[in-house]
Amino acid sequence: MAIEVRIPTILRTYTDGAKQVEGTGSTLGELFTDLEQRHGGLRDRLVDGGSLRRFVNVYLNDEDVRFLDGLDTPVKDGDTVTVLPAVAGGAR
Amino acid sequence: MLTIPRVLYDKIVAHARADHPDEACGVLAGPAGTDRPERFIAMMNAERSPTFYRFDSAEQFRVWREMDEADEEPVVIYHSHTATEAYPSRTDISYASEPQAHYVLVSTRDEHATEFRSYRIVDGVVTEEPVSVAE
Repeated sequence: MAIEVRIPTILRTYTDGAKQVEGTGSTLGELFTDLEQRHGGLRDRLVDGGSLRRFVNVYLNDEDVRFLDGLDTPVKDGDTVTVLPAVAGGAR
Repeated sequence: MLTIPRVLYDKIVAHARADHPDEACGVLAGPAGTDRPERFIAMMNAERSPTFYRFDSAEQFRVWREMDEADEEPVVIYHSHTATEAYPSRTDISYASEPQAHYVLVSTRDEHATEFRSYRIVDGVVTEEPVSVAE
């Protein structure tokens, strides 16, 4: 068992086109570090310094991790993590 | 070029008018790889603001999952500008993250005439494209 991670179109250049990949870790931050070993460059698109980038939404199962513990959110085998680009903008 | 059915075009304009002076936003979904918008999905503007929009993250998750399960993709991502022209702002460009999508901008600054324009936004480069409304 592992944690399934769903990758949006724009980040599939880091996963050889794969729509989903698998990783391990006990927190979301560890999971991203684990993914980085096989999908170099991906972590930098998700994490800026010690926190999630503003431009991405990350969900554990169906919950936005910003409403959980961010990168410290515990994850376990069988969980699904979904990454979606935030859709936003404005007049300025 | 964006080819859009009249009924979907009218729904986007009606949504933008209804939410004026706040920005309205949403998606037209279509079968993946076809570039054909078929399904209108009005999204909440989590910012409820006249100068900014952001999809509500929980709603976006549900809508994106529905599209995924139906083998659809966001063919059009639209939002309105309510006091400025229908051209992507710096913020719009920095957030644009669906390279295959048509970014539609609607301006409701003129009460009587609606501007409706479409763009590709890839790696920070904005390219306007013609809009063809299919009757």
